[in-house]
Amino acid sequence: MEIVVLVKRVPDSEAQVQVKPDGSGVTVEERYGMNFFDSLAVEEALRIKEKFGGRVTAISLGPSQSVEVLRTAIAMGVDDAILLEEEALLGGDEYATARALAAAVKTLPYDLVLCGREAFDDSSGVVGPVVAQFLGIPSVTMVTKVEVEPEQRKVKVEREAEGGRELIEAPLPALLTAQKGLNEPRVPPVMGVVKAMKAQIKKLDLGSLGLGPEEVGQKGAKLEVLRYIEPPKRRAVKYIKGEPPEMVKELIELLKTEAKAL
Amino acid sequence: MAGIWVYAEHHDGKLKKVTFELLGKGRELAQGRGEELGAILLGKDLDPLAEELSPYADRVHCLESPMLEVYNCDAFLEALSSFSAERNPSMIMAGATYQARDLFPALAGRLQKGIVVDCLGVELADGGRFLLRKPIYGGKALVEVAFKEEPQLVLVRPRTFPPAEPRSERAEVSKEQVEIDPTKVRLKVLEVMKTTGEKVDITEADVIVCGGRGLKDPENFKLLEELAEVLGGVVGATRAVVDAGWRPQEDQVGKSGKTVSPNLYFAVGLSGAVHHVMGMDTSKVVVAINRDPMAPIFQYADYGLVADLFQVVPLLAEELKKELGK
Repeated sequence: MEIVVLVKRVPDSEAQVQVKPDGSGVTVEERYGMNFFDSLAVEEALRIKEKFGGRVTAISLGPSQSVEVLRTAIAMGVDDAILLEEEALLGGDEYATARALAAAVKTLPYDLVLCGREAFDDSSGVVGPVVAQFLGIPSVTMVTKVEVEPEQRKVKVEREAEGGRELIEAPLPALLTAQKGLNEPRVPPVMGVVKAMKAQIKKLDLGSLGLGPEEVGQKGAKLEVLRYIEPPKRRAVKYIKGEPPEMVKELIELLKTEAKAL
Repeated sequence: MAGIWVYAEHHDGKLKKVTFELLGKGRELAQGRGEELGAILLGKDLDPLAEELSPYADRVHCLESPMLEVYNCDAFLEALSSFSAERNPSMIMAGATYQARDLFPALAGRLQKGIVVDCLGVELADGGRFLLRKPIYGGKALVEVAFKEEPQLVLVRPRTFPPAEPRSERAEVSKEQVEIDPTKVRLKVLEVMKTTGEKVDITEADVIVCGGRGLKDPENFKLLEELAEVLGGVVGATRAVVDAGWRPQEDQVGKSGKTVSPNLYFAVGLSGAVHHVMGMDTSKVVVAINRDPMAPIFQYADYGLVADLFQVVPLLAEELKKELGK
């Protein structure tokens, strides 16, 4: 089984995010790591490899610091890592990003492409299925269980769906996006961390992806970012004091008259 | 012009509530641009649903095929992508639901168009351009974007817009029997397992009573069930209690669970971890009940009760029962 995993460097959920006063961007506190859902994808790829053999390659598109999440993937047990960090590739929307990632996947043999259900920063969940379309392979999102049948060239998956779950069979190659519950990602072993520090991270530029600068990054994007905005602030909390019976009465009164929520 | 379309998602013969919310917003946008408002249905035997949608749209497009009876991303993608490529709508809106979040990103890839997911605002600017607003970094910031090309694919967070009012005019219903090339349908849906029964999905609920570790024992969620029942709401759960196996995954509110936007949200015995708040911070009114005055949830609440939930919640259910005459 040849497996490609797409991973993204994203801010920690606790990181401070500030919208710049002129709305031109955001300032994010330096607390980054591998996107949680992507770590589930890496873990699943490793488990499949441990069962059936093969190679796992992680690919990341992002600024040069994204090398950190590729090293994390290697420390977990991934065999190879590819970084797409060229300036022209950055700043695009999900569509442009997917186009570049798909081109990188195409440089490799693959039976399965895995990624997280969505990235923490934009929470779109778009890149995976769009990569699948560029590759001409089926995609299944929100996967919580994966059973590969390499002999039959197929994979059976469970996905979370409205009001329950769906059991789906896909031919290989296919793209799957990982949802919570798929597995518990491993903590990289010390030996892995040592190996990751020394590992060579391959870099692919536009030329080797076979793409032009107008097809990727901001130029290749289908969306134009106009401005960043502070989220609306909830008014300050009103504490309701007293003994429980009075509290409850006052709360009901406020919900009725002030909040008009009853 | 083919107009603005609303993807009318349905399950077990019932339309999703978000469809009507989008038809309300869609009407405003369609009028602003002088376009037709369409509802688009995919499935088999769609007449009753088309009839139900009729007072809300100018036209109901029914794409019928036995292959569309059960949701299959490949089959739906084939039908929807050929129909949109043929008609070229200016926008297709859908709810940011499990199904649409599976189908529409693939549609964007297939049509080679852009997509905005989890929209919290769609406005028509001067010049007829749509401005889309969506949360980033779990809602710590919002970004406003516009499309460079059409059709524009937009997935809106359920409960963002009020539902449409029915009109006296009826929609024109156009039915198409679609031919889907079976070789293009590579996925096989082997089984659909319903685990929630008739329960309202938390993303569609008006009232959510959400509990965390402060409930101390899965049995104690009965207290929340009782409060939710009085209010016609449903019970949600934090990641901690879902991970502990106290509550089912489908009830989880937060970053790795569901994003909810009810009218009234009770946060009971939960601290308000960032990943939880990200899943509920667009709730209209939030009541927090927690013994710990330092719990971060109070920063995201409209009303705070620093109290023992085991005293307050049963009292609240009892008083509300009297109040609401139940």
